[in-house]
Amino acid sequence: MKNRILIPEIQPAILGFATVGGRREKEGPLGEAFDLIDASDRFCKKTWETAEAEMQRLSLCKALEKTGKKATDLDAVFAGDLINQCAASIFGLVSFPAPFFGIFGACSTLTEGLALASLALQSPGFSLAAVVTSSHNCAAERQFRSPVEYGGQRSPTSQWTVTGAGAYLLSARPEKGAFARITALLPGIALDSGITDASNMGAAMAPAAADTFLAYFAESGERPEDYNRIVTGDLGEEGSSLFLEFLEKNGVKNVRNHEDCGALIYDRTRADVHSGGSGCGCAGTTLGNRYLPLLQSGKMRRILFAATGALMNAASVQQGLSIPGIAHLVRLESPAAGKEEVWS
Amino acid sequence: MKFEKNNYKRYAKQHARRSPLGKNCLAAFLSGGGVCAAGELLYHLFSGVFRLSEKESGLCVSLVLIFIATLLTGIGVFDRIAKHTGAGTLVPITGFANAVASPAIDAKSEGYVLGVGAKAFTVAGPVLLYGTAAGAVWGLIFWLTKRG
Amino acid sequence: MELTLSLCKAFLVGGLLCVIAQILIDETAMTPARILTLYVTAGVVLGAAGVYEKLVDFAGRGATVPLTGFGFAIAEGVKEAVTEQGFLGIFTGPLTAAAGGTCAAMLFSLAAALCFSSKPK
Repeated sequence: MKNRILIPEIQPAILGFATVGGRREKEGPLGEAFDLIDASDRFCKKTWETAEAEMQRLSLCKALEKTGKKATDLDAVFAGDLINQCAASIFGLVSFPAPFFGIFGACSTLTEGLALASLALQSPGFSLAAVVTSSHNCAAERQFRSPVEYGGQRSPTSQWTVTGAGAYLLSARPEKGAFARITALLPGIALDSGITDASNMGAAMAPAAADTFLAYFAESGERPEDYNRIVTGDLGEEGSSLFLEFLEKNGVKNVRNHEDCGALIYDRTRADVHSGGSGCGCAGTTLGNRYLPLLQSGKMRRILFAATGALMNAASVQQGLSIPGIAHLVRLESPAAGKEEVWS
Repeated sequence: MKFEKNNYKRYAKQHARRSPLGKNCLAAFLSGGGVCAAGELLYHLFSGVFRLSEKESGLCVSLVLIFIATLLTGIGVFDRIAKHTGAGTLVPITGFANAVASPAIDAKSEGYVLGVGAKAFTVAGPVLLYGTAAGAVWGLIFWLTKRG
Repeated sequence: MELTLSLCKAFLVGGLLCVIAQILIDETAMTPARILTLYVTAGVVLGAAGVYEKLVDFAGRGATVPLTGFGFAIAEGVKEAVTEQGFLGIFTGPLTAAAGGTCAAMLFSLAAALCFSSKPK
């Protein structure tokens, strides 16, 4: 099998980021870390879709402001969300005078964007790129499931779409104050999970996530212990346990440093989110809220981060097609060679 | 990675945490029974106090329950109740009312014609279509047997 | 006393009809829309077979408030319409019987759409 790991010649630096969230996200364990919160989830907009677009705009504005960059400095923006035809990205970012690439990778959009931006930054002339992703619970509910006010019960394996957006600025040049460097990529291969139950996305994504990590470990000869954390996007509790079973069965045993953004973002004993969070905004906010500050301060030195996506639409589920999963992996390393946090 | 999707589908189903059936059934029984008992109480009110006929009283019970369910849907409370009550609020006429009201309110953002108007029956439409169809089939059978 | 008894009967039968649906939702992964469709159709069939009438006599609103009762009303309405109008009753019966509930749901929902917007969850 040919190599799947890409080692970029120019290691892009994550210069800065900003995250935006709603009420439930604020009440979660990482609530304090958000840059902007609107507890009404509306962001002063009339519809859920425009609220999501506004979150994208706010997150990119804030990320530019925090890093002292201007929109005209951007050589490319890679943005995606869950609304049909990436509408939130388009309408949120149309006011930025920067080259725009709309991308769809379901909930894996964040690392898909990071990978594509990293590749773009290899070209001479590209020096600054942004990756923006978002999801909004109400916009996703009414597109994929049922009307927002519909009274239904959710199964224990179902996940709660995160209301949130994250914007990340990547630079081809090492700059002072960067949060992390992207030192390797492993683009995911879509894997048909056979799962037809749309309320069990964790199970639909777990095989693809395992495939990506197993390919990485096999090719690099490394093991999970070589990293501070190995992180998945939104497998939730259900998907995480299936993911670890896949690793175990394929010889990667006793993984103790796995974390999942979907399992972390809410306090699942209090918030009624069942298996955990999901959506582009899940990994999209948790990378910045939790991992980048730890990498910047040197408390963590290296992590493997793979956002995971369930590739489907409302019609495909109704037509009984099974749900393929995908997971794109990035290796993030601390810019500072500081003291390492010991995980236990 | 070696991966067999048919085996996996079965395995994932086994692996999935199941809904707490006993608790759900108890909640459905108490809430569904409660809605029906409330309907019965209203029925006695309409037939006993307001002296309405059997048919009129029955219809008035439906109207009151539909009104309450629609109002609760509008103020954003119905789904919070239904999360716990499950079939207890789905199966009574309250579930039908919520199934019409929720897409109507939801689709307001697409306007009153193509939004509210066109989408009000996206959830409850099948109930009307298949209820009507079953009724018509029964009507045909009844008509044939009556003639024969 | 008579009132208490009728309330208890309505509670019991209505509650049990809901429990059957809950078991179907949890054990067969049927969606709520399918449950509602199944219930209304079952109501028509049981109404046509003359079974549901006995349940209504016993439990009152416990049998008519659940959606099977909606189906029963359709079956009764069709029977009445065919008796009065013959063949054309097949077409006028079903919706005539369902008119009150359906019309109320439509009108109240339109009013709700005018007054309210969906809330964040």
